[in-house]
Amino acid sequence: MNDHSHQHSPRTLPRYSATFDQHSISEIERAAATGIYDIRGGGAKRKVPHFDDLLFLGASMSRYPLEGYREKCGTDVVLGSRFAKKPIELKIPITIAGMSFGSLSGHAKEALGRGASAMGTSTTTGDGGMTQEERGHSKTLVYQYLPSRYGMNPDDLRQADAIEVVVGQGAKPGGGGMLLGQKISPRVARMRTLPEGIDQRSACRHPDWTGPDDLEIKIEELRELTDWEKPIYVKVGATRPYYDTALAVKSGADVVVLDGMQGGTAATQEVFIEHVGIPILAAIRPAVQALQDLGMHRKVQLIVSGGIRNGADVAKALALGADAVSIGTAALIALGDNDPKLEAEYQKLGTTAGAYDDWHEGNDPAGITTQRPDLEARLDPVKAGRRLANYLAVLTLEAQTIARACGKNHVHNLEPEDLVALTVEAAAMAKVPLAGTNWIPGQGGY
Amino acid sequence: MPEFDLARSEVRELNQALHALQRETNETHWKVRNPGGKHALAVGLDLPITVEIDGHAGYYCAGMNKEATVIVSGNAGVGVAENMMSGEVRVKGDASQSAGATGHGGLLVIEGNASARCGISMKGIDIVVKGSIGPMSAFMAQAGNLVVFGDAGEALGDSIYEARLFVRGKVSGLGADCIEKEMGPEDREALEGVLAKAGMDGEVTPDDFRLYGSARRLYHFNIDNVDAY
Repeated sequence: MNDHSHQHSPRTLPRYSATFDQHSISEIERAAATGIYDIRGGGAKRKVPHFDDLLFLGASMSRYPLEGYREKCGTDVVLGSRFAKKPIELKIPITIAGMSFGSLSGHAKEALGRGASAMGTSTTTGDGGMTQEERGHSKTLVYQYLPSRYGMNPDDLRQADAIEVVVGQGAKPGGGGMLLGQKISPRVARMRTLPEGIDQRSACRHPDWTGPDDLEIKIEELRELTDWEKPIYVKVGATRPYYDTALAVKSGADVVVLDGMQGGTAATQEVFIEHVGIPILAAIRPAVQALQDLGMHRKVQLIVSGGIRNGADVAKALALGADAVSIGTAALIALGDNDPKLEAEYQKLGTTAGAYDDWHEGNDPAGITTQRPDLEARLDPVKAGRRLANYLAVLTLEAQTIARACGKNHVHNLEPEDLVALTVEAAAMAKVPLAGTNWIPGQGGY
Repeated sequence: MPEFDLARSEVRELNQALHALQRETNETHWKVRNPGGKHALAVGLDLPITVEIDGHAGYYCAGMNKEATVIVSGNAGVGVAENMMSGEVRVKGDASQSAGATGHGGLLVIEGNASARCGISMKGIDIVVKGSIGPMSAFMAQAGNLVVFGDAGEALGDSIYEARLFVRGKVSGLGADCIEKEMGPEDREALEGVLAKAGMDGEVTPDDFRLYGSARRLYHFNIDNVDAY
C-alpha cells in the first residue's frame, strides 16, 4: 500500500511567484539574451491609483441638479490669458497632446488635426518640427519647443497658435526622446538634420538654459520673437508637481501642462516608463495648491494628462482643479491603434490587439506609429479624423452629464467637494474624503 | 542711421520696430545704444539689415536670426545667435555659454573666447571663435563647422553626429564617439570657406588646424558600446 500511496496523494498545483511573475521572468530572459534594455512605446501599464478610484456624489437633498438634456452646461476654455495678446479659445476642455511627425505617420497627424479642429480644440506638434500637413489641418496648433530643437525655426514659431516649452513628460521625466532607425525615413531625417536610418536619441536638457531663472529669460526671448502674441505653455512630467508648477509660474508661463506617468511616449526604456514619475491622480492637487498659493489658479491655466479615457476622467480632472485635459494614447486608439480587427497582424508581430506597444519599430499595422508608406496608406485620415471627433464629442457629453448631475452649469464649476474616494490611497492623493466618511488622510492630524 | 537708446526705451519697442520693417525698407542699418546687458536684443530678425549693438548684450542676443547682420561691440550673454537660420552675428568681445546653440545656418564669429557648450546641437551653422572654447562644446552637434583658433575644453563633441570641428590649439579631451580625423579635400575646402566668410583667411592657414568628428559608433544601439551610453 505504501508503494502506491504517492500516486494517489493530493499534490499542490504549480505556483507562480508573485514577485517573479511571468512578465518578470520573460524580461530577465530577454535581457540575458540581448544585453540591452527593453524599449517600447506607451505609458505605464502597471496598476496605479487613478480616476477610477474616485466617485462623484451627484445632487441630493443639499444639491440641485440641472436638467440633463435641456439646461446649458458650458465646456469652453481660454488658455493663455496671463500675458499673451492672443490667448487660445477652445470649445472643449480636451486637447490633443504633443506627438511628433516621425513617431506618427503623416496621415495620423492629419487625422488628429481634422478631428480636433472639427471639435474646436487644439493639436500639438512633437519632437520633429511642424509639418505643413499638420499646420494645414489643425485650426489651433501648439508648437512644442523641445531640447532637441529639431526643425525649430522662427517661421513655424510665428505660424503656431501657442508655444509649449517641454521640460519633461510623464512617461520619462528626466529623459530625452528616442526614435529608432526604422522610423528615420528620408523626410524625417531631413526635418531633423540627421543621417537616415540611425537610432536617434534626443537630449534630455535644453541646450541653452538650465533652471527656472534661465527659463524666465528664455520665455522672454520667445515672447519677443513673437511680439508677445502667443500663449506660452510649460510642460512637465509629474514628479514634484507643487514646486514644478510654482517655478513654471515664476518663469512666466501662461499655461502649465502636467503629464502623469500613464502618459504615453513614442519610445523609451520600459524601466523608465514604469519606475520614474507619479500617477496623474497624485499630481493634480499639489499643482492646484501651488497655483492657489500664488493667487494664480484660473489665471495660469493647468492642463493635465496621463490616462484620460472617458468623460468621467475628464470631469474628475477638472473637479480637482485642472482647466483642461490632454489626450494622446486615447486619441491614437480612436484613430484605430490596437484595433482587434487587426489581431492576425498583431499576432505576427508577437503581440495581441490591446497590448501592442512596439511603436518604435515602425511596423504598426494600423498605419499610425509608422513611416512605412504601405502601412501609412491603410489609415484614411478623413475617416480616422471623424472617429476622433466622435470620440471627443462623447468625452464632452459624458463630462457634461456628470457636471449637470452635480448641479453645475459649466464643467469648470465642478469641485473637489463633488468627489469621494474608494481607497485610502486615492483619498490621500486626491485630498477628497474616503467614501462614506469625512476622512481625508493626512488632514485633521491623522 | 536709425538709433535706439535702450536707456530710454524698452527692448520690446526695439524688437517690434525691427520686426515691423518691410523688405523694401531704406532703414537697413540700425544702432542700439546703452544695451546694458539686456536680454533678447534683436531677436527674430528676418531681413538683410545690419544692427550694431554698442555695448554688452545679455542672453539670446540675435536669437533665431535670419538674413540680418548683428554686431555686438562688447560681450554677449548665454545663447548668442541661438538657433540662427542665416545671416551673420559677430561678437567683438567674449561670449557666454551655448553660443550658436542649435543654429541651422549663417555665420557666428566670436572674436574673444566662448564659454561652455559652444555650438551645442548645432544643425548647420558655421561658428568661428578666435579665442578658446569651454567644456562640452559641440555636444550632439549635428551639422555645420566649428572653427576654434585657441583651445577646446573637456568633452569636445560628445555624442557628435556629422558636424566638423576644427581646432588649432590644444583639446583637453574628446567626448563619447568624437575622434580626430584626417582632413580630406572636402574638409579643407569647408574650413577655407568658413575662414573666408569670416574675413580671417589671411590670419591662419588650414594646416594649422586639426579636425575632429564622429566615429559613428553610437549611431545604432550596440551592447559593445555600453560604456558610451
